[in-house]
Amino acid sequence: MNYVEEALRGNQLAGARLIRLLEEGDPQGIEHLKALYPHTGRAFILGMTGPPGAGKSTLVDRIITELRRRDLKVGVVAVDPSSPFSGGAILGDRVRMQRHATDPGVFVRSMATRGHLGGLSRATGEAVLVLDAMGYDVILIETVGVGQDEVEIVDMAHTTAVVCLPGMGDDIQAMKAGILEIGDLFIVNKADRPGADEVVKQLQVMLEMRTAHDQDAWRPPVLKTVAVRNEGIAEVVDAFYTHRDHQERTGILAERKAKRQMHFFRELVKEMAAERIFGVAEGTDHYARMLVDLTARRLDPYTAAETLLDQTLGGGDPR
Amino acid sequence: MKQKKVRVLIAKPGLDGHDRGAKVVARFLQENGYEVIYTGLHQSPEQIVNAALQEAVDAIGISVLSGSHNYVFPEVMKLLKERGMGDVVVFGGGTIPEEDIPPLLATGVKALFRPGTPLEEVLEFMKENVG
Ligand code: B12
Ligand SMILES: Nc1nc2c(ncn2[C@@H]2O[C@H](COP(=O)(O)OP(=O)(O)OP(=O)(O)O)[C@@H](O)[C@H]2O)c(=O)[nH]1
Ligand SMILES: [Mg+2]
Repeated sequence: MNYVEEALRGNQLAGARLIRLLEEGDPQGIEHLKALYPHTGRAFILGMTGPPGAGKSTLVDRIITELRRRDLKVGVVAVDPSSPFSGGAILGDRVRMQRHATDPGVFVRSMATRGHLGGLSRATGEAVLVLDAMGYDVILIETVGVGQDEVEIVDMAHTTAVVCLPGMGDDIQAMKAGILEIGDLFIVNKADRPGADEVVKQLQVMLEMRTAHDQDAWRPPVLKTVAVRNEGIAEVVDAFYTHRDHQERTGILAERKAKRQMHFFRELVKEMAAERIFGVAEGTDHYARMLVDLTARRLDPYTAAETLLDQTLGGGDPR
Repeated sequence: MKQKKVRVLIAKPGLDGHDRGAKVVARFLQENGYEVIYTGLHQSPEQIVNAALQEAVDAIGISVLSGSHNYVFPEVMKLLKERGMGDVVVFGGGTIPEEDIPPLLATGVKALFRPGTPLEEVLEFMKENVG
């Protein structure tokens, strides 16, 4: 199968197998991705983040339906954590979205974090590129249920929604340093439960403080939803597009896209550099000795890292 | 950086609400290093195969305790062939009468595990046939 040609024609099997290659770090996958790259950059990329069990997947399911109603093709990348003990994972986000499995205009791919921190998996960005090239108009990324620091999604998405819950008042106070700052809109889901209005108010007050000083600043809306009853979903989708329009008008979208590009590039360089450096070092006597010295604490890791870099990249004085 | 992981779809077809076995097997495979995508209940063969396609899995495990195995398994096998996914390993379990097993295996299903099967047997099968 010609992965590139077929993926560009929207062939789901080709796209799926290509994502698999990329997830496994197969060099052939990267070659295909290079060929697909000129066809990317068209999709509207949405992030959906928030604490475990907030209803992210249920919301994604309903948002897919709404986007399909608006005649848009939808790709989804849903990330769940890998077990740090076994390396295995149960990827359960799809359960909530299976009703779309027979709709050719929807593509859902589950991914395990495989040890990657930040709320996404290493290959999430690559999967998004493939879906983009395949012609999906909107790509939704569901992060793992996040605490505070898993905010990598902002580097990936054009618009990010943070999902909150009634009764998490204190948690919202704690959240303000972390995910509160990354939300372009806030969704208070499970509004059928008591306490939703309080959380809405609390969020509004805190967001007011964040944007008070700037006239042109985007003011993140706080929306109530009951995902299981499909309530408030069209408003959420409207808010995604309102945010996008604002970002386009103010030039922030272009800025974010450029930033995202830089981030992706830097991450790639880091990853490839580490791979090359260890590739060269492993198997050499010097490296073996270094590891022995490190283990025995005769050598500190800082000096070891500097020495290794000097040796492989040149420049330094190899002691 | 090579990160080869085996991906398995665990599916519950039709009106069958018995999900304990499927969940036990899913959890067990996770604990043994597999990436398991669970479909949830009430899946049609079409939904199962499309999910397997999008998720690019190596294997599909189907749990049937409703008596509908003679419809579900052959239908899944047929759809897989139609989609060019003949290389995906299909296996399963549940309340499947002994005498129904050979004809199902003849359609290309790799193995079926009846109630009471020790999970170690499932692991052995996976290692031998999937990876
Ligand atoms: C618990 C149970 C229930 C629970 C289910 C709870 C749940 N959420 O799962 C409840 C009470 C809800 C229930 C309801 C019904 N049940 Co019921 N139930 C059982 C019972 C007693 C045990 C099933 C169980 O959970 N076993 C424990 C798990 C871990 O074992 P398991 O599923 O068999 O899985 C093992 C293997 O089969 C295999 N396996 C299974 N799936 C897979 C998949 C893969 C990939 C692999 C590798 C292996 C594998 O590995 C597992 C580990 O060894 C069985 C009797 C029995 N002995 O099986 C009847 C049974 C399955 N039920 C039966 C019936 C008829 C019903 C009802 C229709 C009753 C009614 N008239 O209302 C309803 C239907 C509900 C529905 N919507 O489907 C019949 C089914 C007959 C048939 N096959 O034609 C059975 C066989 C009882 C009987 N002898 O009549 N049931
Ligand atoms: N009462 C109520 N329950 C909801 C609502 N939305 C989702 N749920 C339920 O909340 C539970 C978790 O929903 P998910 O969509 O799986 O949540 P999630 O945020 O994707 O969870 P993780 O991916 O595990 O972090 C499910 O049982 C849903 O049915 C809602 O609006 N009201
Ligand atoms: Mg989820």
